[in-house]
Amino acid sequence: MNLLLDGIAWILDPANQTGPSGWFARLGEQLAYTFGAVAIAALIAVPLGYLVGHTGRGRDIAVSLSGGFRALPSLGVLILLGLGLGIGFKAPLLTFVVLAVPPILAGAYAGFEAVDRRTIDAARAVGMTESQVIRKVEVPLGLPLLIGGLRSAVLQVVATATLAAYVSGGALGAFIFAGVATRDYAQTLGASILVTTLALVLEGIFALLQKLVVPRGVVAKELKDVRARSSRTRAVMGTPIREGK
Amino acid sequence: MFTAIKKGRLLTGLVAVGAVVALAGCASGDPLDTSSTSGGDAAEGGAIVIGSQAYYSNEIIAEIYAQALEANDIEVERQFNIGQRDAYLPALESGEVQLFPEYTGNLLQYYDPETTAKTSDDVYSALAGALPEGLEVLDQAPATDQDSYNVTKEFSESNGVTSLSDLASVTTPLTLGGNSELQTRPYGPEGLLATYGVTVGFTPIEDSGGPLTLQALKDNQVQLVNIYSADPNIAAAGLVTLEDPEGLFLASNVVPLINTDAATPEVSDVINKVSAALTAEDLVELNSQSQNDQESADTIAKNWLEKVALF
Amino acid sequence: MNWVSSNLDLVWELTLAHIALSVPPIVVGFLLSVPIGWIANRFRLTRGTILVVLGLLYTIPSLPLFIFMPLILGTPLLSSLNVSVALTIYAVALMVRTAADGLASVDKDVLQAASAMGYSGWQRFWRVELPLSGPVLLAGLRVVSASTVSLATIGSVVGVTSLGYLFINGFQRNIPAEVVSGIVAVLLIAVVFDLLLVLLGRVTLPWSRRERTGSPRSARQRTALLAGGVS
Repeated sequence: MNLLLDGIAWILDPANQTGPSGWFARLGEQLAYTFGAVAIAALIAVPLGYLVGHTGRGRDIAVSLSGGFRALPSLGVLILLGLGLGIGFKAPLLTFVVLAVPPILAGAYAGFEAVDRRTIDAARAVGMTESQVIRKVEVPLGLPLLIGGLRSAVLQVVATATLAAYVSGGALGAFIFAGVATRDYAQTLGASILVTTLALVLEGIFALLQKLVVPRGVVAKELKDVRARSSRTRAVMGTPIREGK
Repeated sequence: MFTAIKKGRLLTGLVAVGAVVALAGCASGDPLDTSSTSGGDAAEGGAIVIGSQAYYSNEIIAEIYAQALEANDIEVERQFNIGQRDAYLPALESGEVQLFPEYTGNLLQYYDPETTAKTSDDVYSALAGALPEGLEVLDQAPATDQDSYNVTKEFSESNGVTSLSDLASVTTPLTLGGNSELQTRPYGPEGLLATYGVTVGFTPIEDSGGPLTLQALKDNQVQLVNIYSADPNIAAAGLVTLEDPEGLFLASNVVPLINTDAATPEVSDVINKVSAALTAEDLVELNSQSQNDQESADTIAKNWLEKVALF
Repeated sequence: MNWVSSNLDLVWELTLAHIALSVPPIVVGFLLSVPIGWIANRFRLTRGTILVVLGLLYTIPSLPLFIFMPLILGTPLLSSLNVSVALTIYAVALMVRTAADGLASVDKDVLQAASAMGYSGWQRFWRVELPLSGPVLLAGLRVVSASTVSLATIGSVVGVTSLGYLFINGFQRNIPAEVVSGIVAVLLIAVVFDLLLVLLGRVTLPWSRRERTGSPRSARQRTALLAGGVS
């Protein structure tokens, strides 16, 4: 407990806050990595996921890709890229992109797949073109699951971005490594508290966002009878991940 | 649906899970717990537990100790790749690990950050006094592996810099690269300013003067880097190690740190012979075999022991 | 690639150590998560709290958690237990929600039917709820397995032997082949574990295969995808 107080004291000490190596700046770097990596990953993974989800082609590859990449050890990838790219932000950013692609890909195609086939058939029956089906049916209905994927990616990167300091990439991990090396555990713990808090805040924002993007019709239906429904139907509505992990 | 859930199936499942648990139990009990259980007994004639840092060069020296003891029929157990001094020094005090290759200057600074000792002999004698109860050092080796500041040859020539005291006249801004702990060490940026009047920025690079540090220096992201003096890259990359006339750095010789209970005359005798034979050039060569020839610590240690023909 | 051929012994040795380090957290994490998930479902008030709090444990960065484990547990600094316990915490954080969702996914009508047939609560859990939620639990377990195998590499930064050694050692010695072999070995372990789990599923949940062909978009697969995102 004492140590925890030391960590909090470290955070509150103005001397540790400002300047290029204060935690304000390091927190900014942590956020920059997080959103930079997730944005780049989304540019790659969302179109790919939509393609897979819409056509149903390459599904197995997408599943094993997003599953297999999960086991990819970030530290190893970071070091390998670091050896190739040198110090700075490039190797960490690229590592985090690799980390963020699988959950976003999974969210994108799962979102499309979760749309009831009958709904899509109905959309076609009323004369929607293929691109209208995508834009007006699949994308909005799949949005909660896509946001879920983005949320997972953000959380994963924000927690892992501490490793960036291993190849001089800055961010909050710089304090963690320095604290360990100099036995200044208050610094290590203070930075860890900051990372965890940051993750919590982002988590809260995404939980809220996910609630907001559920199309109105779906919400109405869901409120009525979600408890009684079997998992299959609930999953289609995106409930399992909506309750805020 | 219910018909599918036969008792037998469920039982098979439970047995399978049980088997995995049992397997896991065996597995975790096997290679990882050995050190913790044998720690206490080793002093009474069991194996002597040798540790090493998570630093390739340190691991080579530890392997040399191990093979030298084995050559003299002393049983050893290897507990290599232990990260920080925080982790392994308490383990040495408790006897969990008993013998460890260390570096006099860095170890002295760990126990006595305010020390004023600089030369090899001063550091060694100060260290003997600074060690906690239950730990002692055997003879130090001539080999040193200490912090040193290096610049590229081009930088040295174009700025006329061969010594740390020359740096004060360099007009372009300087950035120092090294492990993050360097920032707060007495010989870090503050020491440079206090001793030589040199102001430098600092970029932490966590590879102990390894490939990234070197790359950063070549790319001019940093102009001054801390590389251990036994690193073969200093010569290979044509770096210039700046002289240290004011004694900013402590001398740091390779020294065996040992738990008193394990320091029997036989063990001390073998290890002291090894230390006496380990020269600074040898250490650079050993490191070079690891980095450039990609040999394993095992092979490098064996070759060196054959070369020096001690046993 | 010269490095690989002359260091196969080392890679194999580290692979075994890595497996020994990652299997207990996967198994223990699973065994803890199912009852916790059940309790979470049992009392509607606790559900949100338990699931959210445990899920948030996953946001603690791994390196400091490994470092502070001995201070919390009072274990020796070098003990592999520090990493094992930390990995178990992550496993529970990942698994609990899937376990709760899996158990909740069992059709209420089926449960009522079971009760009507005279099953006690205990019998109903073992014979109906647990087997029927098996596919979802298995999907969650596969995610936990992959994530644990990957995270165990960080143990090397705090001196607990795992394949992460090859990353750090290869980094210092500037041998990319060494780093690559570490990554490949980790992926191989993850794939083998995954296959074993799928096999375990075939043996213990034979009906789930039939269901799969019938409805390709089953809850099980979707849960796998979503849980996957969480890692």
